[in-house]
Amino acid sequence: MTVTVGLSAPYAHAPTSIRRTMGLVLLALLPATLYNAGLFGWPAVNLFVVTVLAALATEAVCLRLAGKPLFPPLTDGSAVLTGWLLAMSLPPWAPWWIGAVGGFIGIAIGKHAFGGLGQNVFNPAMVARVALLISFPVPMTLFVAPRPLSSADAPGFLEGLAITFGGRLDLDAVSAASALGHVKTELSRGVPVDQTLSQHQDWIATLLGAVPGSLGETSAVLLLAGGLFLIAKRIITWHVPVSLMGTLFVLGSVTSLIDPGRYPDGLFHLLTGATLLGAFFIATDLVTSPVTREGQIIYGIGIGALTFVIRTWAGYPEGMAFAVLLMNAATPLIDRYVRPRVFGRTSKGEPLSAKRKR
Amino acid sequence: MKLFRIRGGVHPEYRKELASEKAIVAMPLPRLLRVPLQQHVGAPAEPVVAIGDTVGKGQLIARAQGAVSAPVHAPTSGAVVDIANLTAPHPSGLPQRTIVIESDGRDAWAELPPPIEDPLSASPREIARRVGECGIVGLGGATFPAAVKLDLRSRHELDILVMNGAECEPYLTCDDRLMRERAPEIIDGVRIMAHALGVDRVIIAIESNKPQALESMTRAAAGVANLSVIGIPTRYPMGSERHLVQALTGRETPARQLTADIGVVVHNVGTAHAVHQAVRYGRPLISRVVTVSGHGVCEPGNVEVPLGTMVSELIAFRGGLTEEAPRLLTGGPMMGQPLPSLDVPVIKGTSGILALTKEETRIQPAQACIRCGSCVSACPVGLVPVDMVALVRKDNLDEAAAAGVMDCISCGSCAYICPAHIPLVQYFNYAKGRLNAIQRDEQKRDRVKRLVEARAARMAKLAEAKRAAMAARKAAAAPPKPDPDSPPAAAQ
Repeated sequence: MTVTVGLSAPYAHAPTSIRRTMGLVLLALLPATLYNAGLFGWPAVNLFVVTVLAALATEAVCLRLAGKPLFPPLTDGSAVLTGWLLAMSLPPWAPWWIGAVGGFIGIAIGKHAFGGLGQNVFNPAMVARVALLISFPVPMTLFVAPRPLSSADAPGFLEGLAITFGGRLDLDAVSAASALGHVKTELSRGVPVDQTLSQHQDWIATLLGAVPGSLGETSAVLLLAGGLFLIAKRIITWHVPVSLMGTLFVLGSVTSLIDPGRYPDGLFHLLTGATLLGAFFIATDLVTSPVTREGQIIYGIGIGALTFVIRTWAGYPEGMAFAVLLMNAATPLIDRYVRPRVFGRTSKGEPLSAKRKR
Repeated sequence: MKLFRIRGGVHPEYRKELASEKAIVAMPLPRLLRVPLQQHVGAPAEPVVAIGDTVGKGQLIARAQGAVSAPVHAPTSGAVVDIANLTAPHPSGLPQRTIVIESDGRDAWAELPPPIEDPLSASPREIARRVGECGIVGLGGATFPAAVKLDLRSRHELDILVMNGAECEPYLTCDDRLMRERAPEIIDGVRIMAHALGVDRVIIAIESNKPQALESMTRAAAGVANLSVIGIPTRYPMGSERHLVQALTGRETPARQLTADIGVVVHNVGTAHAVHQAVRYGRPLISRVVTVSGHGVCEPGNVEVPLGTMVSELIAFRGGLTEEAPRLLTGGPMMGQPLPSLDVPVIKGTSGILALTKEETRIQPAQACIRCGSCVSACPVGLVPVDMVALVRKDNLDEAAAAGVMDCISCGSCAYICPAHIPLVQYFNYAKGRLNAIQRDEQKRDRVKRLVEARAARMAKLAEAKRAAMAARKAAAAPPKPDPDSPPAAAQ
């Protein structure tokens, strides 16, 4: 369906477009992505490419099945972004079919089953990630220690192909726990959190991202830079990231003050797991977050609180994906009830009273 | 002065520099002038001349009809050669009654009403009457008869007159030039209007992207008591009456009411200039400054145009069009209207004639809404355009009305910013038109129903009267019957 612009004004338009919006998000993701590609080497690059291509191919098939034109939707960047974000949330050395199945689930079930771009209730990348996590828990929780491309023990290109496509991976040799997972495991063995952190937590490495973790989530500094770039470009606003991270930080700090042996502190919550990736790039997904600023703050607080609850008391070490999906479900409700006050009306919608009438 | 925050708005590309440095030039007198009888909000004027009459410049050719209307005057001297239905400068392209005057080239004034001596001590009524007689309407584009808005004192308690020099529409520079070049005349008009309204304070508000206008107005206003010239932030739609009042005074006009209800009257600076002309010289409104701009026109500029001049002649005067088919508009790009053709006259409300190229309009096919919420942030009214447009698309007009579509001011901020290029204002204007039509129908139905019921009641009463008369006649003719109220023994 192509609707040509109607007869009505305005006859001027800001230099905005969906492609520009998506393109800027991709640009903001690029530094963190390149850094992590270097950090995790060829297998990560392979997985990334497979996931994005799977998302694009699924998009094309779904558009064709729905009888919609392939262009501009295929080139507007939205399918690439879904695949990209999904890839960034996967364990870097996961086999190729994780990316392929994920790309398919994200686009076909997460997006087109709802009617395509703009119609989906849930964040497609997170739908795919959670479906994969529940269906294939082992490969989805297998993290590797960083092996930068420049280092001696990094797998070469062919070796990388074998890891991604051939399943040639000596699990025990490479596996490493993410910080969140490590803290949780140690706690279950009876080691207090503060002790684990003081022994193992390397804050500089955490900040820069040279730690085990998902393909694109580890570099706090570069993700933060990308997020600030998006805010500067007015693609997103501060409301979701700040309310989300603020909630997580406050809850972490308060509980950690009460019992440092049981709860990690607020800063640890902010810099580990998918917090920064989630706060700036996933929770801010335009389609599935509330449209009003006030609603976005409620939504951000909800994701922060749920993430904290899942990380702290649930079975999974990381809860960002679940929290985002749960708050996605609440978004229509938030949008229904949280509305700006209309000019000249009370918040209930009644006209203001004019006292000056003679 | 402390300014108050207003919600939303956008920063469009103003492109005012295309015309802002071009001084106002006079349009050479065209041979034929086509003067429509409706150039204002309200009832069309009624001709008082006939074909073949000769008229002087400024002579009344059609008088106002009813309370909200404005008369029309001859823009030059010459002969009335036709009174016909000609295409109006309206997107519908429908014809309307138009008086055609053939100029005699002398441009000789008719006998004008005498200047009002010392207008600052004249009665407000006298000033309002003069402004009304001179056919002055709001020159910002709304074209509401100015005399009605100068005579509000009787019904409202007024304390502030706001002069709108914001000129927040991109491209338009006619008010800017007028303020730069004719500030003393404008200030004089403002003082007359303030006197007529009996307000204690006047605020002249000018967007800060017009520093020269601000400067010249400040200079001209020096020493005038209770009058301040204020630079306001450049943000569209700052010139929207209600938003301007809120930004300047902090007073928020209640929905469905006028700024006069909160004690403020807003007039355009161009209107003040026209008031000055009418009161000091008795000159009616027969010309106006029009900005001709856009990359589609060869020589953008500001032209003082006799009303009734064809747009085609005006564009030819500015060197013609640069390309085959630019987008032609009257007014600004944000709220202006498309011109049905170039063969329509310039009227009182024509603030600009724009010829915009494709690169300027950036018109693109609409894509799917990505619910980014840009429209919500941009809406100066606090509406949620993304939801309203979904309702209007489904033709769910009741819910669209509940969501506030009737409060939409059609400023176009949402459609301007929308990354999916959805023509939101088009949908809202459609909904407003439909809802208005439905309301009119309902009123009509109610009226018909009342009339039908009244008729039925009348007929029933008539029949009743007839029966009573018949019964009375019968009673008079026939022998008296037994009283039906006393139970007859035979009935048992």
